[in-house]
Amino acid sequence: MRPGIAADAKTQALGASSELSRRTVLGAAAALIVSAALPTGSLAQESNAPLKFGRDAMPNGWRDDPRVFVAIDREGIVTVTCHRSEMGQGVRTSIAMTVAEELGAEWSKVRIAQAWGDETRFGNQDTDGSRSLRHFFMPLRRAGAAARIMLEQAAAKEWGVSASEVRAEDHMLRHAASGREAGWGEFAERAARLPLPDEKSLTLRPAAEFRYLGKDHTGLIDNHDITTGKATYGIDVRLDGLLYAVIARPPVFGGAVKSFDGAAAMKVPGVLKVFAIEPSPPPTEFNPLGGIAVVAKNTWAAIKGREALKIEWNDGPNGSYDSAAFRASLEDAARKPAKPVRADGDVDAALAGATKRVVGEYYIPHLAQAPMEPPAATARVANGTCEVWTCTQAPQATHDRLAKRLGLKPDQVRVNVTLLGGGFGRKSKPDYVVEAALCSQAMDGAPVKLTWTREDDIQHSYYHTVSVERIEAALDEKGMPTAWLHRSVAPTIGSIFVDGAKNELPFELGMGLVNLPFAIPNVRIENPEAAAHVRIGWFRSVSNIPHAFAIQSFVAELAHAASRDPKEYLLELIGPDRILDAVKLGDVWNYGEDPSVYRLDTARLKRAIDAAATGIGWGRKLEKGRGLGIAGHYSFVTYTAVAAEVEVTDGGIAVRQVDIAIDCGPQVNPERIRSQMEGAVVMGMGLALSAEISFKNGRAEQGNFDAYDLTRIDAAPRILNVHLLPATTFDRPLGGVGEPGVPPVAPAIANAVFAATGKRIRALPLNKEFSA
Amino acid sequence: MVDFTVNGTDKSYDGDEAMPLLWYLRDELGLTGTKFGCGIAACGACTIHIDGEAVRGCVTPISAAAGKAVVTIEALSKDGDHPVQIAWRELNVAQCGYCQPGQMMQAAALLATTPEPTDDDIDEQMYGNLCRCGTYPRIRAAIKLAAAKAARP
Repeated sequence: MRPGIAADAKTQALGASSELSRRTVLGAAAALIVSAALPTGSLAQESNAPLKFGRDAMPNGWRDDPRVFVAIDREGIVTVTCHRSEMGQGVRTSIAMTVAEELGAEWSKVRIAQAWGDETRFGNQDTDGSRSLRHFFMPLRRAGAAARIMLEQAAAKEWGVSASEVRAEDHMLRHAASGREAGWGEFAERAARLPLPDEKSLTLRPAAEFRYLGKDHTGLIDNHDITTGKATYGIDVRLDGLLYAVIARPPVFGGAVKSFDGAAAMKVPGVLKVFAIEPSPPPTEFNPLGGIAVVAKNTWAAIKGREALKIEWNDGPNGSYDSAAFRASLEDAARKPAKPVRADGDVDAALAGATKRVVGEYYIPHLAQAPMEPPAATARVANGTCEVWTCTQAPQATHDRLAKRLGLKPDQVRVNVTLLGGGFGRKSKPDYVVEAALCSQAMDGAPVKLTWTREDDIQHSYYHTVSVERIEAALDEKGMPTAWLHRSVAPTIGSIFVDGAKNELPFELGMGLVNLPFAIPNVRIENPEAAAHVRIGWFRSVSNIPHAFAIQSFVAELAHAASRDPKEYLLELIGPDRILDAVKLGDVWNYGEDPSVYRLDTARLKRAIDAAATGIGWGRKLEKGRGLGIAGHYSFVTYTAVAAEVEVTDGGIAVRQVDIAIDCGPQVNPERIRSQMEGAVVMGMGLALSAEISFKNGRAEQGNFDAYDLTRIDAAPRILNVHLLPATTFDRPLGGVGEPGVPPVAPAIANAVFAATGKRIRALPLNKEFSA
Repeated sequence: MVDFTVNGTDKSYDGDEAMPLLWYLRDELGLTGTKFGCGIAACGACTIHIDGEAVRGCVTPISAAAGKAVVTIEALSKDGDHPVQIAWRELNVAQCGYCQPGQMMQAAALLATTPEPTDDDIDEQMYGNLCRCGTYPRIRAAIKLAAAKAARP
């Protein structure tokens, strides 16, 4: 087999002892299904328990033990263990930088190993919610600092000097007074036998000494493997005797096989076995959809075998799901009063007494994450154990689902985490890993690689929700709103955990809906019910997408109604500089963070908007057919703004320039923040302009990249500027980076299209208006 | 029986000649640098060279390689030092990296015929290579950097 990137060590001394090299899994406490799956840290926790936030509130919390995260071998090579999944955000590089900084390591002597799924050992591993560094920056710094102190102590003991006089720096240990120095390899083993330093004795390096953190010069730690084709993703894992599988799944969510005939499939050369996988009872959660599996000697034979299957399906209750009809039902719901989720002042009175009322109704369709690497997993289920190799954002959830479905004990399951060829939320749901395990089980323990084809991925995703957002405002004589009534109607991610759930959960409401940061006296926000007819799941930035699109489009509509400049109007609507308390805004989630630490600072939001506007030259004169648009948004405790210049022709919308500004607090790895913003702009453009998943007769109407139209290089703006807004010090809390770039992109483009043409498009994707 | 070379090594294949090269390379030879993305030549993740020309491995049957030289990302250069690979690393183009072997194989073919590509040349030749992470601005810059490197090695 390929060695992959398992964390197993060869010669580590520090940290190795028995622990890092041991392949058996420590007994992991199985987290409750919902607590592992749903964001935690809600203020609605049991009232008599102390409130927990941030990393403390995540399932299995966090660790800062250097023996878990740092190993140094006899040659002095440092191996940092990365317990978060790498999917393009650069976390393997940023985590290695963080530990290397505190150690005083030379980058050329730093390696990275990937942790297997074991939260008892590593702390929380759910790589989602833009929180890897937000939650683990300080624990990892402490782990690096503790390892540094242990090295210094070991050298001090040998040299008979005080540990406070020994410095670990430049990958050396030095005692200035005596001029003695040594490499780390010499002392690694002795350091490993020392007790862990007392937490109070840990000193972190001051920011002024940083060589890696906050600097732009560190290249991707996986760069060479990626550019030479050696990087191993989930779909690339190879084992001796490996078999290959694909599965025909019910074309409608909730459907099942009525009957099937596998005889023709079995005649395809290379096909070894055809068998049924039972559908899982609701709630669907992260369980396989069921269907007919085909296992063969290679992927091609499996695909040809699947094409030869004769299957009759029962479509079940979602067989009539139709996107056009569903949109109408959401619009209907959005026009009727419903359960308020935030109510300030008297909206009805203010609307009744308004000099002017403005209404905007917005539609945001389903999307599929469609990572370039489709879901894939390799499994070997034999001799009462299960070992898998897979691209997962949720290693522990994968572990728990495998143990449950196979009836194994936690220590009989091992989840090896590969690189992810993109995730975007899809790979937080390990249904495909369980499928691979069921295939191996059916093949009497032979290792099986399960591949999702692109059609499988696009037609059986955990889709981004579909929403209608209706906002109505009362304007005063100056054109500023005195009342704001927003109804958000969208199937909830909660529906995959609680069958039939119809209201947005606190974490969905908290994504830019209830925490509206505008200075408006009367605000009411309502959440009418909406039923789900497909699996709904996280998609990069999640409910921020529809909320930001509607709110930031509507603000520009209000500015137009008031005959004001949209940027000036937006800044005035945000109002005076002030610190907003999430709880008082009705947001009991606050991205799981302590509302006394993470507070919405309107000055920072305005600063981001100003930076994007300045970058694009807001107010400059444009050629005919061109326009500028702007949007700002707070998400994942980070502030972002986008200014876009578009050109609109008969052929559609071309984005000519984008300026994106981000204030995420301290910047650990600015180079990767830049790349995340560039990527967020391109992904945001795809959903703004052309991407949509629609359903007819319960079936997705798109099947591959020919119909699911994502941004290609010719559409990417030739000018794309990223403005990183500096934090004053490294002591401030970190914000998220992976997701917050996405939400402001679509409204900025829609606003630019209005500026260019006078045409207000309220439904995504925008280019549909031009293709009729 | 089909005879051809893969990365300079002679190969004979006597199975289903309709099988796309992608699956032969990945499943039979273990050359997993060539990626599966769509299976219909709509994303370019499987881009390889046949006699120097960039083709999509997912729709090219093995029979089409008869008598020809197939090159994959693993053999684009001996030590990962093709100008395209160097430029990709210098600009940290990759995010997840999954589509990048296909992007680099396409870019190398582009530079072989168009040593000084404009933005329009790049957009036209790279149009078929999808990147969901959105690395396009850096791909454009890296192709130009690679062109400059190739011009004065």
